[in-house]
Amino acid sequence: MSNKEQFLVRAEPYYEAQGKEVALYEAAYHARLPVMVKGPTGCGKSRFVEYMAWKLGKPLITVACNEDMTASDLVGRYLLDASGTRWLDGPLTTAARIGAICYLDEIVEARQDTTVVIHPLTDHRRVLPLDKKGELIEAHADFQLVISYNPGYQSLMKDLKQSTKQRFTAFDFDYPEAALETQIVVQESGLDAGTAATLVRIAQTARNLKGHGLDEGISTRLIVYAATLIKRGVAPQDACRMAMVRPITDDADIRATLDHAVDASFA
Amino acid sequence: MVTGVRHVPDARSRSYAHPQVQAAWQALDCGLAPVADVFEECIYAALASFSKPQLDAYLEAARVIGKLGRGAEPLLAFLEEWPTVVAAASGDQEPLLPQVMAVIRAMQKSPNSRAITPFLQTLAAVARRLQSAEQIEVYLDIALNLMARTTGSIHGHHTTFPSPGLPEFFEQAPRLLGLLSTTGLQRWTEYGIRNYADHPERQVDYFSLQSADSHAVLQRERHGTLFADVERQLDLYLRALWRDSEQLVPYSTAPLTSGELRKPVPYYDHLGLRVPDVFDDGKGVSGLDRYRAVLAHMVGHRRWSQAQIADNWSPLQRMAVEFFEDCRIETLLIREYPGLSRIFLALHPKPLADACNAETTSCLRHRLAMVSRALLDPAHGYGEPVLLDFVRRFHQMLAGRDSSTAECAALALAYVTQTRRQSDQLAKIHFDDTVIDYRDDNRQLWKFIEQGDEEEAFDEERKLEPGEELRGLPPRRYPEWDGASQTYRPDWVSVYEALHPSGNPAEIDRLLAKHAALAKHLKRLLDLVKPQDKVRIRYQEEGSELDLDVAVGSLIDFKSGTTPDPRINMSHRTDGRNIEVLLLLDLSASLNERVGAGGTASGQTILELSQEAVSLLAWAIDCLGDPYAIAGFHSNTRHEVRYQHIKGFSERWDDTVKARLAALQAGFSTRMGAALRHAGHYLSARRADKKILLLLTDGEPADIDVAEPGHLRADARKAVEELAAQGVTTFCLSLDPRADDYVRDIFGKRWRVLDRIERLPETLPSLYLELTR
Repeated sequence: MSNKEQFLVRAEPYYEAQGKEVALYEAAYHARLPVMVKGPTGCGKSRFVEYMAWKLGKPLITVACNEDMTASDLVGRYLLDASGTRWLDGPLTTAARIGAICYLDEIVEARQDTTVVIHPLTDHRRVLPLDKKGELIEAHADFQLVISYNPGYQSLMKDLKQSTKQRFTAFDFDYPEAALETQIVVQESGLDAGTAATLVRIAQTARNLKGHGLDEGISTRLIVYAATLIKRGVAPQDACRMAMVRPITDDADIRATLDHAVDASFA
Repeated sequence: MVTGVRHVPDARSRSYAHPQVQAAWQALDCGLAPVADVFEECIYAALASFSKPQLDAYLEAARVIGKLGRGAEPLLAFLEEWPTVVAAASGDQEPLLPQVMAVIRAMQKSPNSRAITPFLQTLAAVARRLQSAEQIEVYLDIALNLMARTTGSIHGHHTTFPSPGLPEFFEQAPRLLGLLSTTGLQRWTEYGIRNYADHPERQVDYFSLQSADSHAVLQRERHGTLFADVERQLDLYLRALWRDSEQLVPYSTAPLTSGELRKPVPYYDHLGLRVPDVFDDGKGVSGLDRYRAVLAHMVGHRRWSQAQIADNWSPLQRMAVEFFEDCRIETLLIREYPGLSRIFLALHPKPLADACNAETTSCLRHRLAMVSRALLDPAHGYGEPVLLDFVRRFHQMLAGRDSSTAECAALALAYVTQTRRQSDQLAKIHFDDTVIDYRDDNRQLWKFIEQGDEEEAFDEERKLEPGEELRGLPPRRYPEWDGASQTYRPDWVSVYEALHPSGNPAEIDRLLAKHAALAKHLKRLLDLVKPQDKVRIRYQEEGSELDLDVAVGSLIDFKSGTTPDPRINMSHRTDGRNIEVLLLLDLSASLNERVGAGGTASGQTILELSQEAVSLLAWAIDCLGDPYAIAGFHSNTRHEVRYQHIKGFSERWDDTVKARLAALQAGFSTRMGAALRHAGHYLSARRADKKILLLLTDGEPADIDVAEPGHLRADARKAVEELAAQGVTTFCLSLDPRADDYVRDIFGKRWRVLDRIERLPETLPSLYLELTR
């Protein structure tokens, strides 16, 4: 499990910088400052972290957080085997031992009390106490903690504690500018630039509805899905409906409006 | 001559040149002079379309109508209208005539003979709308049904009063059928009969389309895409495609009279975008898409048009500028969303190049409509060189840029100058195929330096009169369920919401102090149900963590050879409360009664007891930490249901709230359904797992304007069902010992009747605890 090699990112992930985030991240990493990446779903947060891990040549351990996750899912737990109990490191412990970048994706999905276990790792101490095992792990010199979350959630319950928030440096991500987004869609799917620009525009109509019945607009990821379908020979209108409109809403009125936007965008 | 007897020359002796007409006149056997005056024309019209047996039937029917003793009018109406009716109903009078005559006989035999004339007068217009004998039959049935059910009787078997609504119904019928299908007309009529059968004046108002609900029901039954149904979609459309969030205001398109003079046109001003209240599908475009075209066009003007100073331009010049500017806007819109061109071109008329005769009529509109088509439609097919030249110049002007209104106006003026003809000034204007109905009236395109006397001058904002001020919120209207007919009465009840007046908060503190012992007891109960949030569950086979104590025990068992307990894990569960409650108090007059026979028991009124109970409950819920709100209601007819806000969800249990609670007063009646709906609309906006509406009442729903016994009860039950559908649980605590008869009807299983009202202060909080445990 502690094989460092398996966590390395081998091929270069495609990532198009929106601003200065690459240089800023590198600076943060060199100081081993914890980083928080915020932004709506499908705007490239995870891709960015993956890209930085590749660029820095460090292993990356990703944990998708969920509501049922407990502190022991992060830190580790005792298991039973024939001879008695055996301790198994959790992903956070592994990362601290081998010096990986530990990426907690969608951290707000985990309960607030769970996330408190990361506190000692994220300040000057850089240690992880395993209280059940009675061990104190000094974090490896290369270890860094990255968390991501989506501040667009309407729920008041899904937020980070102040004491957690104030341990991180942060990047605010958003969907890229239309020209850049078109370029990304072209690069990811191989679609022609004209159709890609139309897709981006349809996505923007949906983003205008955020807060008016839509929690999130159409993400870059969904545009890429639609572009991929078109590239495989699906009619553009059908591809847009399938990949961009149907997934994001069950509301009949919004669906009709977006369907119309699709029809109006393709002559 | 004898006094009092007017000399009437008998028209029977009238003679006609044509022998056939003369024979018909004798067959008619009619002595009325006005009939004789027009008879010849009528018979010529009839001869043109009727065969001989048909003509005989026609004359026989006319003879009967002439003998009814209702004067010349019904006969005139019949003679003149009947050939049109037959023509509209695909030329066959055979099945129709006996039925019409049956209706006339029915009216003649009942006190409704006054309605015969309007019936015959509008029959032709009705037939033109309905277009088939079967449909006309349905119409006749509707009329007969209306007549039978609204003709009044005193002793049960003699019909003595004419139906007040019937003549009005016939007069409105062509207009109604222009808007409604026969099924819609059937329902509209049914509503009027049901609600106004025993109220003659209201019935007349309803059937003559004078009353508000008559319009409301008419609107509900109309065909086409109703604005009300697609309003949200249009809002979303504006927001998503055009990043605009202007208010949409519908205007009525129902024609005021059958011969309407001017059709209203979409427009926009500082109050919002004005659109028609209904659009029919047409020209291959759905009603919704027509709305979208209208909105897109107006948004385009708001985005790209600049108002021009128009004092020096003639109306014709302004019209030309409007046509060109509209095309510029649409070209830009299509540039943004190419798919819009399909809708625009489908709706845009395509005038024929030689449709207008320039010698006798003013052709400017026609020319401009052609240009407009050519500017939008590359495949327009017109060959006129000047037109083609201007189309080229127009596209050149817009090539790669937005251009401007001023530039566009210059091009338009050049076009008018170049194509000007003397006949443009003629009064006879060619209108066919030149009206582009999705475009607005362009009132925002002009500004005038000199004050004109145009209509806008009268649109000045009305200021509030001194001394007149807005009191409270505007009313919110709710429908009411009519159990007898299983339909909603639209916008039936007006609910006025206001803050409850304040009193002395110390009073409530005194009440709480009085119940200190009870409060102490409650406190113990509260501590038991207080949320613990996270609870550890031990002894689990599967769990999130190993429970080391148990695991070691099991291992020892295992090593020592006994069967180990496999349940060595533990897990957690969250035990939070996510409950919101709205306490709705019935504040009707009956609350002022004293408790016990003759006020001996405790001397308190029910209101005082309720105050104590509500204070205790509020205190208890506050201890638990559940969000809650308190409101009271009473009603004074359907026009005034008062909903009084005592505590909101976000308000704290403090002196402001206590002061309002201290000032509770009782009066008026209990219209429960509307209050439930209003309270429910607040609750349904809350986000909680469990939403509870707790109703405290002392009697069954009643109001002074409702005579039928079960009506408000059925409405309340419907309201409870609606709330359940929205995820709101309604619970009723009734103080009426005889409530068993009806609470079950209304609230199903969720109710309790309190027999000893004195115990209310302790019952209410513990009831709440039981409900939410």
